[in-house]
Amino acid sequence: MKTRRLYTGFVVALAALAWVAIGNPTAANAQAKEFVFTAIPDQDETQLRKRFNKIADYLSKELGIKVKYIPVKSYAAAVTAFRNGEVHLAWFGGLSGVRARSLVDGSVAIAQGFEDKSFETYFIAHASSGLKPADSFPKEIAGKTFTFGSKGSTSGRLMPEFHIRENLKKAPEEVFSKVGFSGNHSKTIALVQSGAYQVGAVNFKVWEKELKAGKIDESKVQVIWRTPPYPDYQWTIRGDVEKTWQAGFVDRVKNALLNMKDKELLDSFPRSSFIPASNSDYQPIKDVAKEIKLIDD
Amino acid sequence: MSSDVIVETQSKPRYSQAVRTSFWFVIVALVCLLFSDISITTQDPWTELKRMGWGIITPNFLDYRTILEALVQTIAFALVGVALGAGGGFILAQFFHIGIVRWACAFVRAIHEIFWALIFLQMLGLTPLTGLLAIGIPYAGICAKVYAETLEEADLRAEKAVPGGSGLLSTFFYARLPEVWAHIVHYTSYRFECGLRSSAVLGFIGMPTLGFHLESAFGEGNYSDAAALLIAFYILIVTLRFWMRGRLLWLYLLAAPLFLTGGSEIKLTNIVRFLTSDIVPAPLRIGDFSGFVDWIVSMFQTQVLPGVFATVILTQIALVMTAFLALVLFPLISEKFFGQFGRSIGHVFLVIVRSTPEFILAYIFLQLWGPSMLPAIVALSLHNGAIIGHLMGRYSNEILLRPDHGKGLNLYGYEIVPRIYGQFLAFLFYRWEVIMRETAILGILGIATLGFFVDSAIADIRLDRAMFLIFITAILNIGIDIISRKLRARLRINQTVEAV
Repeated sequence: MKTRRLYTGFVVALAALAWVAIGNPTAANAQAKEFVFTAIPDQDETQLRKRFNKIADYLSKELGIKVKYIPVKSYAAAVTAFRNGEVHLAWFGGLSGVRARSLVDGSVAIAQGFEDKSFETYFIAHASSGLKPADSFPKEIAGKTFTFGSKGSTSGRLMPEFHIRENLKKAPEEVFSKVGFSGNHSKTIALVQSGAYQVGAVNFKVWEKELKAGKIDESKVQVIWRTPPYPDYQWTIRGDVEKTWQAGFVDRVKNALLNMKDKELLDSFPRSSFIPASNSDYQPIKDVAKEIKLIDD
Repeated sequence: MSSDVIVETQSKPRYSQAVRTSFWFVIVALVCLLFSDISITTQDPWTELKRMGWGIITPNFLDYRTILEALVQTIAFALVGVALGAGGGFILAQFFHIGIVRWACAFVRAIHEIFWALIFLQMLGLTPLTGLLAIGIPYAGICAKVYAETLEEADLRAEKAVPGGSGLLSTFFYARLPEVWAHIVHYTSYRFECGLRSSAVLGFIGMPTLGFHLESAFGEGNYSDAAALLIAFYILIVTLRFWMRGRLLWLYLLAAPLFLTGGSEIKLTNIVRFLTSDIVPAPLRIGDFSGFVDWIVSMFQTQVLPGVFATVILTQIALVMTAFLALVLFPLISEKFFGQFGRSIGHVFLVIVRSTPEFILAYIFLQLWGPSMLPAIVALSLHNGAIIGHLMGRYSNEILLRPDHGKGLNLYGYEIVPRIYGQFLAFLFYRWEVIMRETAILGILGIATLGFFVDSAIADIRLDRAMFLIFITAILNIGIDIISRKLRARLRINQTVEAV
């Protein structure tokens, strides 16, 4: 009796595994023709989901095919999904886009937000740190506690680290008494606002959005420095989509993105419009990433 | 006279071996404390903490469909994952006397579920199989060990009574297994609770379980949503014994795979690429052997050594803190100390503490005290102290007391604690390696443990480095496993415990 139970259990478990491994065949077939995209989870994920589900509807209407958005949990997961062909299109940051395109031959950056040509990172500080807004790099941040955003973020990691190394000639771990990675821009703001970290680096768009939403008390946390502009977010597409859909598909997707005029859609990014982009626009990001050894030569 | 005393102390030590061992652990932790960095630096944590508190008293269940769906997914992944682990573990247990099997089991369970998931994510993408293997593989290693030890300690009288000429299988299934079946079932059901936690946590990296939404809600500061998800999870755990019943289990197991969703097709090319190229150290990929030596040296200097140092320091302090907390917490659910009502409250409290993911605890304490090892130590020891407290509380219920036993503190200090102390140490030794694995996931605190470097390597899509560091982590874990086994043998502690 007990033996039988044990065997039944094992057989059931194996059957379950087999079922999952083969992966509900009908579902897989339906997915084969679906155009799938993802985005880096740089902020409020509930908002991201709403935003990108709307984008999926829009693209689906414009392209006349089924389009689906799948959410991922990290920058690396977005790059991996793109690399593995789980998604065909992605809304990447500067650094994640560079990484993704170097891993997938034939992939191209097709569009960026109008604001992404000249994106900025804000260095923010808690009032008690005594740091004041300045036009030049605030060298007094040395010795304070500091938090980046996500490890794979352009605005929350790559660019601030670049400027720290450039100006202080040392690695962040040597410059600051503590270096943390908050995970995302909203958490960076929360952690500096509470003084848990004295200084942080944050995506300027997220800062402005939260400021508008009344989530920031400027008597506690304020911007002390703005980085020079750099190129950031962009839409990147895999080259092999033209095999699945017909030739010229990349341009059709690109045009659909550039023709997005719906203010509500654009505001949700928030971007004023999308403009053409190319791989070479992101060469500066690639150079910086190589310089601080976040990517290999 | 004095010579008498000396002879006396030499032949009969004043303290038992168990107490002396504990003493040494405390000493080691104190030394580690000297190397750790514990400081309180926060300015005004209250704005954020008030928002969190407000979230807890105003949980938002409006989006109940998301919550229900996430709960179903969490259960489904846990069920199938643990079934795989238990089934695989049961088979492996039969071969556990073979060295290589034992080592393989130690190796696979030395790797945190999150890391397994990150590895399979590279090969299989966001398919359910990724989550199932991430639970199934380490659990198989854990179950194999516990099942093997249980079987080994089975009462052999029935087996000796089996008539000569009976087959090996019949002997095993009719004489050996029934002796320990109850224990195996008991252990497996405990494993299932762990499986639910693991399953929930896998959401953090993209499986559609509870952690997926919890991490989002928490990360964005939507604390009312986060509270609703957490409360739902607590209820799931508290009510476990009402809905997880023998016969229903098979129904659940049959149904579970139907609910597993997410992901696309599995591509062989991705698996091959991962195994043959991604994880090969970068210099070797281009055949640069001297570059490979530099690579190893640099990995050791910049990541492995500092990582091992921070990991060990944090682990040893958290282990001793866990021990103290467990000793304080276990009476809350013990029949020896509290009545039905008090114990119910104790149960709920322990469920809340042990089911709240450590990163949430860590974030709360980070807000309170600022970045240092302190939030990590407290988060780890609360979580693990509540788990061991729970197991000890249950264990203490089985003790038979003399009619004239003491009460209150006397009962605690002179009766219960001494009698369960061996078991308590055994629980702790098993939990030791778990605490070490968990130091991995506290990157937000800026503590550069091995896990922190693994996480960085994966963020940089440098899978060769990630795998190398995971390998080192596994070796460190195996080292702890060996030490704890030796200590248990020396202290002659009962081997078959459930806290892995």
